[in-house]
Amino acid sequence: MEDLSSHIMDIVMNSVTAGAKHIAITIAKDPQTAIMSLSVSDDGRGMDAEMAQKVQDPFFSTKTGRKVGLGIPLLKGTAETTGGSFALTSEKGAGTSITATFDSRHPDLPPLGNIRDTFFVLIVSHPEIDFDLRYAVDGKDFLLDTAEWRRELDGVPLNHPEVIGFLSNYLDEHL
Amino acid sequence: MNLEELKKIREKAQKDVELRQKQARIRIVVGMGTSGIAAGARDVLKTFVEEVGKRNLTDVVVTQTGEKGLASQEPMVEVFEESKPAVVYGNMDPEKAKRVVVEHVVNGQPVSEFAI
Repeated sequence: MEDLSSHIMDIVMNSVTAGAKHIAITIAKDPQTAIMSLSVSDDGRGMDAEMAQKVQDPFFSTKTGRKVGLGIPLLKGTAETTGGSFALTSEKGAGTSITATFDSRHPDLPPLGNIRDTFFVLIVSHPEIDFDLRYAVDGKDFLLDTAEWRRELDGVPLNHPEVIGFLSNYLDEHL
Repeated sequence: MNLEELKKIREKAQKDVELRQKQARIRIVVGMGTSGIAAGARDVLKTFVEEVGKRNLTDVVVTQTGEKGLASQEPMVEVFEESKPAVVYGNMDPEKAKRVVVEHVVNGQPVSEFAI
């Protein structure tokens, strides 16, 4: 993955595949410590302890040809080689949470990339999922809860062309 | 810009929502597995969404799925049209996506040179 926004896209696709109806994504940088943290938590079908361990192993993924999970060892590798940490907790039937941290001053840390586009395509290609998004980096504090938008839209889907245009402008202006 | 504007959109859009939900004429599905994303699928998906929005194609739905299974041809896109066989496109990029919208989605002619 060339940047962190692509890692996020990939990790969140696991949540989508796991049937999540609510996905919270937070990207935050602590101005004091320069630690960047990324967390994704969902209410998808979750995993038992054994599977939660296995999806962190790149060889397990490739050997079985499994479709979900290859992105997890990639993100874990990026976090651990850039002075950060990685944690995955999951409960079968309840959901999965992933938190990765990175030292933003580490020379090998990939760039953040285009978070705006990651948020944009996630929302419009899965209008039935509630996304609770937060981006708090370098003085910016952006929050977007699509459940709130859906209430206002009262049945008009988030992927309606009118809403797509609005969302695109909204992200350009605020994020 | 605020949420009040969403209400205006709602009033404007509600009339064609019923139609859209009943049956989308065309579904565009972009493969967004790990290899697809690494190959640039996000930008392809974004281009489809923007082009469909710009042209106000209310009967077209753009969505995504996991791995398409042919990593060497990612990003991959499938176009499903009512009563026609699905067309699979490979090695897509934003420029190719624009052509698929114009030629296939709008004018009904699949772009055979991108099909696999």
